[in-house]
Amino acid sequence: MALKPLASRNHDLANPKSQLTFLANGIFAKGGLPTFAERLSDGGQYPLKPAPVEILQVNVGYMCNQVCAHCHVDAGPQRKEIMTRDTMQHVLNVLGSNEVHTLDFTGGAPEMNPDFRWFVEECNKIGVEDFIVRSNLTIILANEKYHDLPEFFRDHAIHVVSSLPFYRRERTDKQRGDGVFDKSIKALQMLNEVGYGVEGTGLKLDLVYNPAGAFLPASQAGLEAEFKNNLLHDFGIRFNSLFTIANLPISRFLEYLVNTDNYEDYMDLLVSAFNPAAVNNVMCRNTISVGYDGYLYDCDFNQMLQLKVNARKQHISEFDSTELAARNIAVSQHCYGCTAGAGSSCQGSLT
Amino acid sequence: MDQTYYNPKDLKKFGNITEWNEELGNKFFDYYNSVFAEGALTAREKSLIALAVAHTIQCPYCIDAYTSDGLSRGIDKKEMIEALHVAGAIRGGASLVHGVQMMNKVEKLSM
Repeated sequence: MALKPLASRNHDLANPKSQLTFLANGIFAKGGLPTFAERLSDGGQYPLKPAPVEILQVNVGYMCNQVCAHCHVDAGPQRKEIMTRDTMQHVLNVLGSNEVHTLDFTGGAPEMNPDFRWFVEECNKIGVEDFIVRSNLTIILANEKYHDLPEFFRDHAIHVVSSLPFYRRERTDKQRGDGVFDKSIKALQMLNEVGYGVEGTGLKLDLVYNPAGAFLPASQAGLEAEFKNNLLHDFGIRFNSLFTIANLPISRFLEYLVNTDNYEDYMDLLVSAFNPAAVNNVMCRNTISVGYDGYLYDCDFNQMLQLKVNARKQHISEFDSTELAARNIAVSQHCYGCTAGAGSSCQGSLT
Repeated sequence: MDQTYYNPKDLKKFGNITEWNEELGNKFFDYYNSVFAEGALTAREKSLIALAVAHTIQCPYCIDAYTSDGLSRGIDKKEMIEALHVAGAIRGGASLVHGVQMMNKVEKLSM
């Protein structure tokens, strides 16, 4: 049976409060593993303070054509949360009046938002240094109306960042669903055809690797070399960089950890691999995540846990960079996922 | 003594052996880390060798450690099982090649 979002199954872990309660107890109860806040305090890094905002990561909706086993957004075709044009206008106002150099569109499948193309065009008029769209690849083949996305991306100088859990079919399909690997390969070839990932075009195509299970990614450089060799050899595909991302224990990945009796070992692994050097570079320090409804969060994970920014003005319509710069970043035990080993972020490893 | 000789949690305590002899413990772990660093062989190739050797010496700690390490490095099931068959072939071969001794002896003693 096809996987459905937790939200469509009325699963207890669809509720952010239940997830936070779960993460605060069990092995993190008094006398167990140190909480993330305690671990930061040990190194004099608590409360975690932000650097100036450089990246605006905008979640334009939770609707997706895929239902991936690890998805922290709990995205899927059944999800109806979507960013309206009014909220997008507020984002445009912020872009025009702040020092944000990177705009990062995510979802769900951001392309499924009916105002996606309008939003891209308006953002382009304002101009940002790096304009990222996180594309799941298969959307390009999902419907005729998406077939021209590679050209649309190219014409707007979009930096495409795409998830491909592995360069082989079995492991990719296990995580993302049957048939996803073949469609992803076809979509990558279409992106290559219009110049993405090809030297000299300036069109950047980066891939994201996240482990298909309860383990951490190995070195980003080593995996990038493996991905490049295999994708070029087997399918003639080229890309720029590979970002390795650790799975954070929330939402569907948390459900997986609990159901497979991997939760305690995985948390123990994350805590043992805590790297204080990664803390300085965590993405929540220079990123603001904007939810589909315009509320502001420290990162996309906190958005899913509904941990809004610790500030008086919490909505994009009242964006106040001075107040945000003074805030304390909201943390819980899921944050160990970003500080384990070489560290993890939407831009890959941190150290 | 505990109920079993092996406890998965003990793997994490491996570093504690240094507590009883700091000099030798540190020397061992320095050596160990250097062995597994990128070199003429990649760290990935070394991980596969370690996995095969772990099964040859039947060390549960090492099997646990190098299965996880392999997964992290993107080593897939097909590569893992082929590495194990290399170990199996050498082990099996080591028995069978001694068959030559058996055959020699039989030839020598037989009329």
